[in-house]
Amino acid sequence: MAEPNKLERRDFVKVVTVVLGSIMGAVIAIPAIGYLLSPAASVQKKESWISLGPLENYPVMLPTLFTFVQTTINGWEKTSNSYGVYVVRYDESTQKVFSNKCTHLSCRVTWREEPQDFHCPCHDGSFNIEGQVVSGPPPAPLVEYGNKVEEGILYFYFSKG
Amino acid sequence: MAEKVTTWLDERLGITAIYNTVLDRKVPKVNWWYTLGSATLFLFALQVVTGMFLTVYYVPSPDHAYDSVQYIMNEVSFGWLIRGIHHWGATLMVIFIFLHMLRTFYFAAYKYPREITWMTGVILLLATLGMGFTGYLLPWNQRAYWATTVGTEIPGTAPFIGEFLTRVMRGGSELSAVTLARFFSVHIWFLPAIIILLISIHMYLVIRIGISSVPKKDD
Repeated sequence: MAEPNKLERRDFVKVVTVVLGSIMGAVIAIPAIGYLLSPAASVQKKESWISLGPLENYPVMLPTLFTFVQTTINGWEKTSNSYGVYVVRYDESTQKVFSNKCTHLSCRVTWREEPQDFHCPCHDGSFNIEGQVVSGPPPAPLVEYGNKVEEGILYFYFSKG
Repeated sequence: MAEKVTTWLDERLGITAIYNTVLDRKVPKVNWWYTLGSATLFLFALQVVTGMFLTVYYVPSPDHAYDSVQYIMNEVSFGWLIRGIHHWGATLMVIFIFLHMLRTFYFAAYKYPREITWMTGVILLLATLGMGFTGYLLPWNQRAYWATTVGTEIPGTAPFIGEFLTRVMRGGSELSAVTLARFFSVHIWFLPAIIILLISIHMYLVIRIGISSVPKKDD
């Protein structure tokens, strides 16, 4: 008979088997699960401040187009999209940044000196210098982005729609 | 309670009978050389599992094959480990099959009544080499591309049908997207299906006939 506190040989083997088995199971399971789940760990930022350069580069009361390309990487695939915004300075200290996407069917609007409007070529939509709908089918004013000026540099807060 | 459940299941599934025939069968006193078959089987299982994991990210298209392999190696957690095991496991599997066959040959275990076991084993060797050949192209790097260019030209030297064989392997006269797609298909569907079928026959015969004993001086 073994003493009450003494570990039986069979129990010892059982404990060792369970401990070693668990370690081996974890060594196999952790890489397997990590491998399958790892893409889920990457969250892509959809919003960011984008620099438009020095504010003084933009003439007052003349909407100016700024175009840029954003590249997103999903796994092994790269996608580049080009976007455009209009910078409108109403005077030395007030300015707005509009998307150049028409709110009707997302065609690109262009600024016309005459008759002073943002014009959409697709369905003849028209917006004034404040981005408000003047005529045509657009259901809403041009999308405006938030902006800020830091040390003479103009930034706008871009969010992908 | 647990005993009741196992008895209930065993009455219906006959697991004890399977266990007795497969694992508790009588074997002669043998040595470590007899473990090479099991080692090969284990390596095959490892290749199947790591291969399945690789297909989660791998894309068999010239546009993305190389980039997806780079993604597995550099971006995915433990991707380097899974691909590394698949890469080295492939080489090890060929070595173990070879050693297993040498053991069988030198112990004369291929003779009556085990000829069919030997024959299926030979086809298994060829199928495994086919796995190595088709898998080699999949990373779509320079080495893969040129190795396959050379490898598909070799049957081209055969008289009369050589050129046709090359075109069959490449899916056209040039190495192309079609080649990559068919090598991938053969690598993950056709050859594994053949290998699993042959392993089943091979193992059925091992269990049915039993393994040979170590030859003695007067054999």
